[in-house]
Amino acid sequence: MLKVEALNTYYNDLQALWGISMEINAGELVALVGPNGAGKTTALKTIVGLLKPASGNITFNGEKLINETVHKIVELGISQVPEGGGIFTGLSVLENLELGAFVPGARKFKDESLKWVYEIFPRLEERKDQQAGTLSGGERQMLAIGRALMSKPKLLLLDEPSFGLAPIMVQHMFEVIGEINKQGLTVLLVEQNVHAALDLAQRAYVIENGRIVGEGKGDTLLSFESIRSAYLG
Amino acid sequence: MLEAFVQNLVFGILLGALYGLAAVGIAMVFGVTKFLNVAHGELLMLGGYACFWLFNLFDLDPFLSLPLTIFFLLVIGTVLYKLFFVRMVKLPQEEKIKNTMLVGFGLSLILQNVALMLWTADDRGITTSYSSAAFSLLGVRFPYVRLAGLFISLVCLFSLQLFLRRTYTGKAIRATVENWEAASLMGIDIHKVYLLSFLLGTALAGAAGALVSVTFSVDPSMGMHWTLKALIVMVLGGVGNFMGTFVAGILLGVTESTTAFFMGGNYREVVGLILFLLVLVFRPQGLFGQKER
Repeated sequence: MLKVEALNTYYNDLQALWGISMEINAGELVALVGPNGAGKTTALKTIVGLLKPASGNITFNGEKLINETVHKIVELGISQVPEGGGIFTGLSVLENLELGAFVPGARKFKDESLKWVYEIFPRLEERKDQQAGTLSGGERQMLAIGRALMSKPKLLLLDEPSFGLAPIMVQHMFEVIGEINKQGLTVLLVEQNVHAALDLAQRAYVIENGRIVGEGKGDTLLSFESIRSAYLG
Repeated sequence: MLEAFVQNLVFGILLGALYGLAAVGIAMVFGVTKFLNVAHGELLMLGGYACFWLFNLFDLDPFLSLPLTIFFLLVIGTVLYKLFFVRMVKLPQEEKIKNTMLVGFGLSLILQNVALMLWTADDRGITTSYSSAAFSLLGVRFPYVRLAGLFISLVCLFSLQLFLRRTYTGKAIRATVENWEAASLMGIDIHKVYLLSFLLGTALAGAAGALVSVTFSVDPSMGMHWTLKALIVMVLGGVGNFMGTFVAGILLGVTESTTAFFMGGNYREVVGLILFLLVLVFRPQGLFGQKER
């Protein structure tokens, strides 16, 4: 479904990605794990078009994504939940969700999607008229994911959905992500919470200093000595 | 004494509404695009001249010709955006503010001199058959033309609010103001939002200019005065809240008129500027702005 080949991305003169290659098949839940500053967020931003790579190739269902604008890529069916959620705090919860269905293809199914999102996160329906800025950390993350689902994506990119959440909320969030994946949505999950991510994902890539240094089934990686010592202590 | 004071207050409010309208335009552009278009006053001047010539050459009533004036400004706005401002969309915020300000100053000089060449330095005002008509209430005069200015300002403001609150595009604009990156992840075409916001700002400048030409007069050098007023009002009110901006405009108008009343015309602007400095020091987010969350 998504194929990333030999991606090099720079921030001005600083190279952040060094020849990254990844592949995600339809229906999979793939994790991208690695330490802080390894290039996880950069990789996501490059896929969705917020950053332009210096070289490399990205294709999504056969369509080239390089040089496409962000809104075009979203229209093609990739939705990203940015780090920290990126919700619009001055807008109501419902308005946030409505904007999730901004692209024409999704707007037609707005009511349907809204029902689906409320089913996944009943809390959002209770708070739908509230200003998003008044939500708790966990609710904000729910809103961010719910909003991304409103665009009826084929591929969902999640950037650190567990960041800053209470442990019980983290657990809930991972359950939800697993559930969404079981419903057929392909997911690329970026996480620092390596153990939980590898546990959940069918496959994972390990990224370090902008390079992919490992790849494999989630539970296999989990038993790797190097990963155990590096991330799990 | 009291009557004269109230009269002053009324004129302050009516003038302040125009400050507010000018400021909402500049705040609309700045809030969404972070373009600091200091040629906003010149756009207002062009609106004033458009209205004046439509009246003078074609005998068109200045209020009826308002849509035409706005259309003319939309054309100008599109040209300026496509020629200059579009090149600065991708700059980081700081550089964007600085560069657009420089471009704005350049544009302001060019537009002033073009106006001077085309229309001379004469003051031009529109005098209609009803220009001096007014009604009196308890000895206070309410000129119809200025009341119409207030009314049209309010109509502009409420339609803008309605557009921003109720329509999908309006919500997209508000989302872009908050977080353009997240907005683009919704599939919102940021370039379209920028152009639209710039044009909304231009249209508001045009409307304000037309109202100025009916209630006061226009001349080629008026732009900087209005840009300064608009900037002061924008900062007073706080960025990102148009109602607040408009109220701040009225506040500045009233402050100026009461100052002139008690201290004489020479001090007209002083108290307004002191108020501006006090707000900057003690409430940098503006009177009605919210702190960054």
